[in-house]
Amino acid sequence: MKKRWLVLVLLIIAALTLAACGGEEEATPTPQPTPTVEPTEEPTEEPTPEPTEEATEEPTEEATEEPEAEVTEEAEATEEAPEEAVAARAISLDIPEGETFRVAVVMPSTATDLAFSQSMATALAAIQDAVGEDRFEYAMSENLFVVDDAATALRDYASQGYDLVIAHGSQYGSSLQDIAPDFPDTAFAWGTTVNTFADEGITNVYAYEARSEQGGYVFGVMAAHLTQSNVIGVVGPIETGDAKLYIDGFVAGVKSVNPDIDPIVNYIQSFGDLALAAEAADAMLANGADVLTGTAQMVPGAIQKAKEAGALWFGTQANQTNLAPEIVVANQVYDWTVVLEDIINRVLAGQLGGEAYAITLANDGLRIEYNDAFDLPDEVRQAGEETADAIRSGDIDVMSQIETLLGEPAEASD
Amino acid sequence: MTPSRTLRLDRLLDLLMPVLATVVALLIGAVMLVLMDADPIRAYQALYEGAFGTKNAVADTLIKATPLLLVGIGICISFRGGVINIGGEGQMIVGGLAATALALSMPDARAEVLIPACLVASFAAGAVWGGIAGVLKAYFNVNEILSTVMLNQVATYWMIYLMNNTLIDPDQLTAASRIPETDRLPRQSDLPRIGGWLDSIYDWLGLGGADAARWTPTLLHIGTIIAVVFAVLVYVFLWRTTLGYRIRAVGKNPRASRYAGIRVKRYTVLSLLLSGGFAGLAGGIQVLGVRHRMSAEGGAIAFTGNAGFNGIVAALFGKLHPLGTIPASVLFGALLVGGNKLQRTVQVPSALITVLISLVIVFVVSSDLWSRQRARRRVAVAAAEPAASPGGSAAIEMDQAK
Amino acid sequence: MIDQLLDSSVLIGIAASGIRLATPYLYAAIGETFGQRSGVLNLGVEGIMLMGAFSGFWAVYHTGSLLAGVLIALLAGLLMGLGTAFINVTLKAEQGISGIGIYLFGLGLSDLLFQQSFDSVVTVNGFPRIHVPVLSRIPVLGEIFFQHNLLVYIAFGLVPVAWFVLNRTTLGLKIRAVGQNPQAADAMGISVARVRYFTVILGAMLAAIAGASLSIALLNVFQQNMTAGQGFIAVALVYFGSWRPFGVMAGALLFSTVNALQLWVRTKGIDIPAEYASMAPYLLTILALVLASQRVDQPAALTKPFERGE
Repeated sequence: MKKRWLVLVLLIIAALTLAACGGEEEATPTPQPTPTVEPTEEPTEEPTPEPTEEATEEPTEEATEEPEAEVTEEAEATEEAPEEAVAARAISLDIPEGETFRVAVVMPSTATDLAFSQSMATALAAIQDAVGEDRFEYAMSENLFVVDDAATALRDYASQGYDLVIAHGSQYGSSLQDIAPDFPDTAFAWGTTVNTFADEGITNVYAYEARSEQGGYVFGVMAAHLTQSNVIGVVGPIETGDAKLYIDGFVAGVKSVNPDIDPIVNYIQSFGDLALAAEAADAMLANGADVLTGTAQMVPGAIQKAKEAGALWFGTQANQTNLAPEIVVANQVYDWTVVLEDIINRVLAGQLGGEAYAITLANDGLRIEYNDAFDLPDEVRQAGEETADAIRSGDIDVMSQIETLLGEPAEASD
Repeated sequence: MTPSRTLRLDRLLDLLMPVLATVVALLIGAVMLVLMDADPIRAYQALYEGAFGTKNAVADTLIKATPLLLVGIGICISFRGGVINIGGEGQMIVGGLAATALALSMPDARAEVLIPACLVASFAAGAVWGGIAGVLKAYFNVNEILSTVMLNQVATYWMIYLMNNTLIDPDQLTAASRIPETDRLPRQSDLPRIGGWLDSIYDWLGLGGADAARWTPTLLHIGTIIAVVFAVLVYVFLWRTTLGYRIRAVGKNPRASRYAGIRVKRYTVLSLLLSGGFAGLAGGIQVLGVRHRMSAEGGAIAFTGNAGFNGIVAALFGKLHPLGTIPASVLFGALLVGGNKLQRTVQVPSALITVLISLVIVFVVSSDLWSRQRARRRVAVAAAEPAASPGGSAAIEMDQAK
Repeated sequence: MIDQLLDSSVLIGIAASGIRLATPYLYAAIGETFGQRSGVLNLGVEGIMLMGAFSGFWAVYHTGSLLAGVLIALLAGLLMGLGTAFINVTLKAEQGISGIGIYLFGLGLSDLLFQQSFDSVVTVNGFPRIHVPVLSRIPVLGEIFFQHNLLVYIAFGLVPVAWFVLNRTTLGLKIRAVGQNPQAADAMGISVARVRYFTVILGAMLAAIAGASLSIALLNVFQQNMTAGQGFIAVALVYFGSWRPFGVMAGALLFSTVNALQLWVRTKGIDIPAEYASMAPYLLTILALVLASQRVDQPAALTKPFERGE
């Protein structure tokens, strides 16, 4: 009797694991999503700012389904990040003939988070695509929220002789500070930060950061033009790093157009709670917000609420258009290849650290990807592009804008 | 076969059972690895290498095991006292915060003063956090599972608040991309590394060859020794003192204890207090020995590494016995450290490691059934032939089997 | 400051949001109530929720059918429940620890399956909000209660059903008997194991629906570890409700409404440190229980495996 049960449970586990590891699904033909529960009830009773969106709803839904089903995995060994918009820029590395450059990266969330970690995974995949698997290899350790596990991983990768070891998370800094001196012949990179530990006499650490406030500012300008209710909402995780930069930039951008708008900023104190992010967005929408943005892994919850209410959304860190093609206006996409390319070439030339990088609008590390399916008024797009150009040329310094419009550092220091 | 020999064989089987269960779990894991196109032999080699392969790996395993052991001995106390403390995460956090705040406020103190002071503070903070749950349970009828789950979150938000305000590194305040973390703690608060001592012992024993890998470069710190010492002390406390006896009595049968004149409520508070204290100490040791600062970046897990939960697993693997918890934490720590190494080596998703660990937990805990069944049979045998059996050990067995 | 919150639209928003947030807790906690009433503590609810969230999402993504999503989620819950019951009832494992194992299993497997089936976060068309005819037009109440998705209504409908089953049916009697005194129940000819299998599997299926209520109704996405600790809160809420469905509902509503309130407080720009606002639901849940301070003993056999002839 008991044995039979054991066999049964083993079978169940085996079935589940088989399903988990089977990799390829039996290429399911894309079925059309057939809404079964009375779609006639229009969920949007709140005033929808853009009535035109309703019309675009149906075809775009199909658009989200199709590409996903078509993607077939090729290399199962490393979990592939989506390779949609990879070859945006030409990549040239000076890897000598017959040699392989090996990179290892340690990152906090999963490589499929549609946010910070995925941006790095995508960049590495893009480089590998560009130069070939035989000349560029990379290893990833994801989901290392636990800092001492990450430290062990960094140490281990370094001792395995990787040419470049990337600590992709600002929380890894103090560990790296201890580790880097123990491996003087290994190049490390740490982001997001500006600190290469050069002050501490460490010479083999590169630093990189995302000047996410730049895209944030551009989006803020566009949002201020797009809003009709003059209520704009922002969902943030905790007040830290590039999330804070992006949100500060966004708020400054809004205020640069219309100082009377005070965007509702809600740091929900969580990177993972989608339901809370959704309800935070809902509260903003109920307060009349018609344009939303947000940053970090939990924003898909908020995006769904925006979609439901027909409010507009600006994405950052990765292209979030496919989550709600009807309402995503534009995304600020992180492209780390800009930074990685230069770091790798310097490592190949023998320099192991000491440089601090930033991806910016000017160097194309931050790219603004508009959603073609969204019917953006020309003058708004123009305002956005002019702002972006002004930031690129240096005519607008977003940091000082943040200071003047938000009085940030002065306020924070008291 | 004489009964005593069967008995010894049985005991051996008891010890082997968890090992067997682990092997079965790993075999299922191997199937999964094959399905993911990874070489299971290479993978498990990496798991072993990562956990025990080099001195560095052993050090990593022991460092990982340290908070598990400290939380685990706290769990031994609380479970023996009849309360389920799943607030280890929160207690670790407040312990870490206390140590951090104290170390930052005394930048010029000498190490001999600062380190003990910080550790005491972390124990005290954890004890308060656990004690709150104890008082709530004893005097306000608030179930400890509810209060500890809630207090974990409260501690997390409190940590984020302190990182963003009171305790933030002044340099971060002016940075545009402000990271909510403290400054690095003063160097003299770092727990002493013990690799050098180990090397001298190895040299003295003639084991430390000149170019053999040394302990010195490893990160092994004195916290591991502190944890082991406390495990022994808690064993003595629980089984050799009146206070400990009463805690266990209350846990086993509160009603009988009440009739025996034990003030049950006090002992409920005491067991959660002590349990929280050891989790707090685990937090303090993580800060002083490993992180050297606290940070809100990455959330609570970045700091605790889930030790507040994993410590429960370690304690229960150790049969809720403080001394049993020592090898249990080392093995569980090895699994965690080795699992990450496995992930690095064969590049499978980290989720697979989580599944693998969960299978080990489930199989080991399930295999307990057979040990218990045999223990019962043994008791029956012992009762039948009192002369031929070491009655004492059978009694202990029974005790462990609850 | 406070008067900003005393506006009717604000109160409606908070109440409606509280109801939505309470839904997953309600499913999971009602399910857990059944298990605990029969003497089984399942700490693995979180993992089962994640499996339910993933499988429901997966099914809706591939078939477009919400019914399929619910059924597949139920199936996932059934399998997880069967495993849990096997471990806890048949193998009589220590329930605290096996629960952590089950949690980790669900956490890892749901993520693994997700990574194998999708390249990144994608979305589905989930349960739409239903504006209940007539009722949704009632001012205030209509907006609070009658503009939710189907799974919200079912969750709240489940509460009286659960109460009825537990208190007014033979099955409920058996469940309570097994949780209170398994020896006596066994002597009366009730199969302790069968009852516990039933409650654990039922609990797991409800937990799976709790997960699905996020992934195919409230949020319409799946993400690794998307339940973010809700399963553990749900277990805590069972204690809040003293193992009674209506008490559990009160706990879920209290917790979620305070959570909604703190979100609104910040939306309204009221200057409270966000971290303290976030603490509020957790602290107030404890506080409410302190004030209620009632003596309800837990099911006597909770966490204790049944051994015949002990």
